[in-house]
Amino acid sequence: MSENFIFGLYIFALATFVGYQVISRVPPLLHTPLMSGTNAISGISLVGSLVAAGAKHDLISNILGFVAVTAATTNVVGGFMITDRMLRMFKKGPVGSVKAKAG
Amino acid sequence: MRDPLISLAYLVASILFILALRGLTSPEQGRRGVLLGEIGMLIAVLATLVKREIVSYEWIAAGLLLGSLIGTAISLRIPMTKMPERIAFSHAFGGLATALVGVVEYHKLRGLFGEDAIRVTAEHGISRLTMGALGFEVFLGSLTFTGSIIAFGKLQGVITGAPVTWKGQNAINIGAFFGTLGLIGCLIAMPESAPHWMFLVVCATGLSLGFLAVLPIGGADMPVVISLLNSYAGLAACATGFALKSNILIIAGALDGSSGLLLSIIMSRAMNRSFANVVFGAFGGVEGKAPSAGAAARSYNEATVEDAASVLRASRSVIVVPGYGMAVSQAQHAVRDLAGALEKNGTQVRYAIHPVAGRMPGHMNVLLAEANVPYDTLYDLDAINDDFSHTDTVLVVGANDVVNPGAKTDTASPIYGMPVFNVELARSVIVLKRSMNTGFSGVDNELFYLPNTMMVLGDAKKTIQSLSNEVKAG
Repeated sequence: MSENFIFGLYIFALATFVGYQVISRVPPLLHTPLMSGTNAISGISLVGSLVAAGAKHDLISNILGFVAVTAATTNVVGGFMITDRMLRMFKKGPVGSVKAKAG
Repeated sequence: MRDPLISLAYLVASILFILALRGLTSPEQGRRGVLLGEIGMLIAVLATLVKREIVSYEWIAAGLLLGSLIGTAISLRIPMTKMPERIAFSHAFGGLATALVGVVEYHKLRGLFGEDAIRVTAEHGISRLTMGALGFEVFLGSLTFTGSIIAFGKLQGVITGAPVTWKGQNAINIGAFFGTLGLIGCLIAMPESAPHWMFLVVCATGLSLGFLAVLPIGGADMPVVISLLNSYAGLAACATGFALKSNILIIAGALDGSSGLLLSIIMSRAMNRSFANVVFGAFGGVEGKAPSAGAAARSYNEATVEDAASVLRASRSVIVVPGYGMAVSQAQHAVRDLAGALEKNGTQVRYAIHPVAGRMPGHMNVLLAEANVPYDTLYDLDAINDDFSHTDTVLVVGANDVVNPGAKTDTASPIYGMPVFNVELARSVIVLKRSMNTGFSGVDNELFYLPNTMMVLGDAKKTIQSLSNEVKAG
């Protein structure tokens, strides 16, 4: 077991825990924006794709990297845009139209 | 000096990602959260672009440009009713990207497409851990890719929404799953010398398992499937992080993975399935479901639009229960219009949203928000379920299982134990439904035969439009 791997496990465990805590506070109302938002964030695989597409490999690596960059960028750009588009639609009603309910 | 700065930039980006998700606790903060996420992504991409390994920018620029164009085109044009399809599609792209990065990395280390790459990169050896991470990365990535494509096809109606079953499917899937784990084990045992076919078979079984595991699943189970695929996409990104020793990938993947996992748990709980039952593809809709004979012969109150409108006009409180049928007939704007007419009449209108209503988590909320329904009139199962008993009228729009009282009483029912709305306790119930067919799930619904239930058959959108005309005229 290398130090690096153990270190990675620490990060994985803590990030999962933080993710679980943060996401369990997202109300069901926003579960669809949550999905498209996490989807945009997981487009971070761009970090790996960019290296594959731009490093000094052979042509086939660069082409596969290019496809990966395209796919990941689609998710990043599309994911953030559509999340914002959805969130813009959520509006509160005029005050007092419905009796406020705690919860 | 360059490398520590890049790492610090990744740390900042990771923190921004967490803050972005934290913003989603309310719609007001949500948009600021999106902005933080975008800034984080920009920082991460810029930091990556200055990495020493990157020597040419042609392919990168082309990919960024093409991806931005596709992403923008889809996001601006897609109607909200198609959100489940768009999410399935993006899971497919996410899976594809991670799987390809895994293949390129394997090629770089082992020379899958010829030895040239190895000489160029001059890496010294491949560790067992890297090989294991690569194995999981391409397996999960390719599984997510094909699984999401099938989910997309089912949502889009290209592939039948009904469960497709064949003999021994669970045995085949479980066998393939453990076989793949075994192969990844072999790759870990001989990272430098394992034959290439082992790696390729891992890719291939990933691709076929995604296909085989999602094909049997019925349309009504899609919320669980989409959440699970979300979780797999996250785990694949995590594995990429371990393979490339990139902390930001591990963090973002873990956030995505835990979000998908949490949603899958919420969805399976809302369908009263154990999580294991869902994971192993024994998706309830599949087995043992003989529609009871003679169901068609039972009597029910079929009402005209005029009858239903006069009931609605006389009601002081109305709860609307939307289901997938509302999305199918695109009735959300008509619902909003009817609610407006009722409110003008002094009626209180609220909406009861079941966690699994529709084809993905939160599907109904987004549709109603699109139609300008104020989100503080949308209520969860727990928040509204006690209110039905003192509500005048419930209007069920294209929902079925989530209003089936049999889930509470009939132990023989396939959906027994699923938490459902107590709509039958309201003074009267108006059910809008296309026809009296039970649909492919074959579960009969007691609610339709109760004396206080009025059935209005026909297309939901048209019915609601004539309902609001009636209410306005009266």
